[in-house]
Amino acid sequence: MHELSVVMSIIDIAQKESSKANASIIDEIEIDIGCFSTVEIDAFEFAWQQAVKETILETTVKKVNHIKGKAKCLNCSAEFALENIYDACPVCGEHLIDIIEGKELRVKSLIVS
Amino acid sequence: MCATCGCGTDDSHDLKELDHHHHKKIVDVEKDVLHENNLLAQRNRGYFEAKNILALNLVSSPGSGKTSLLERTLIDLKNELDFAVIEGDQQTSNDADRIHATETKVTQINTGKGCHLDAHMVLHAVQGMKLTQNSILFIENVGNLICPAMFDLGEKERVVIISVTEGDDKPLKYPDMFYSSTLCIINKIDLLPYVPFDIEKVKANAKKVNHKLEIIELSCTSGEGLELWYNWLKSKVLAPEIA
Ligand SMILES: Nc1nc2c(ncn2[C@@H]2O[C@H](COP(=O)(O)OP(=O)(O)OP(=O)(O)O)[C@@H](O)[C@H]2O)c(=O)[nH]1
Ligand SMILES: [Mg+2]
Ligand SMILES: [Zn+2]
Repeated sequence: MHELSVVMSIIDIAQKESSKANASIIDEIEIDIGCFSTVEIDAFEFAWQQAVKETILETTVKKVNHIKGKAKCLNCSAEFALENIYDACPVCGEHLIDIIEGKELRVKSLIVS
Repeated sequence: MCATCGCGTDDSHDLKELDHHHHKKIVDVEKDVLHENNLLAQRNRGYFEAKNILALNLVSSPGSGKTSLLERTLIDLKNELDFAVIEGDQQTSNDADRIHATETKVTQINTGKGCHLDAHMVLHAVQGMKLTQNSILFIENVGNLICPAMFDLGEKERVVIISVTEGDDKPLKYPDMFYSSTLCIINKIDLLPYVPFDIEKVKANAKKVNHKLEIIELSCTSGEGLELWYNWLKSKVLAPEIA
């Protein structure tokens, strides 16, 4: 359950960023989670509910952008949607691929007041 | 985060007035969730590089043979290389005791409920170890093929171990660990006659996930293949710097 560590890090970032902005309330948080970030969404939601209690994020609206996988083939340079890390290039069939989208795990923005 | 780390950085950030009446503002954060861990990992990496220490992060399911591989290696290469070990386990110091018995410097980290080591734990373990120049530091992670994948410890190479009793679909079921490793060790090949495990299939699956992955087959029990691992290890030891 590394999702709990993930949520704790998000709380930490939110706390620091809101105090830098001299804000006491975070109305909304926007988070990017790529499908290859290793974060399991159900486990994440569960960890979130437990961990945000009595923190600055307790009543915050959480907006999660689920980012789909995208890869570039190192053999033929094709760019394509990647569903599984082990998928082959649909153009040339090689597994020599580079993941260019889907590894994201970041706090994008806050709306504070 | 503890005071000794001093990892709080003051990045610039943008503020935008969103709504004058309610004083709402947008803060563009754009920060990696693991940003703190990654900073500490970079700090560990810098320390290892400065001392020319080869740090290896060993990951696997529980019981694949991480400690067994270390025990063999530490004894067999005792006279050739200088080693130290960090043992990560949720509970007990059993593995550290096994390493201690080989007369190697070892520190145990107990993560309690934590299912992985992180860079912060390693930083503190390293601080108490007085690691020597030009040595090899093995970091045995908590037995878990999922959670340790996303936590950079500052290692030079990540080594994933699977054993032939685990089934040949593991690289496809747990691709992140294979994706993020540079070497895959297939252990317990002495048991191949007794289990349905297609070694060519597992190698092909692992390569599908990570085309750069090197693969070594061995048995800690019979000793078969250990030479390949020792050669890999020696090839990674950087030439001591001439002062
Ligand atoms: N037959 C056989 N058994 C092995 C081999 N390597 C390890 N074992 C056995 O596998 C069991 C687990 O080995 P460990 O070295 O403790 O595994 P580990 O990965 O360190 O386990 P955790 O730290 O608990 O995750 C022990 O009973 C070992 O004796 C091997 O090559 N062949
Ligand atoms: Mg062990
Ligand atoms: Zn291609």
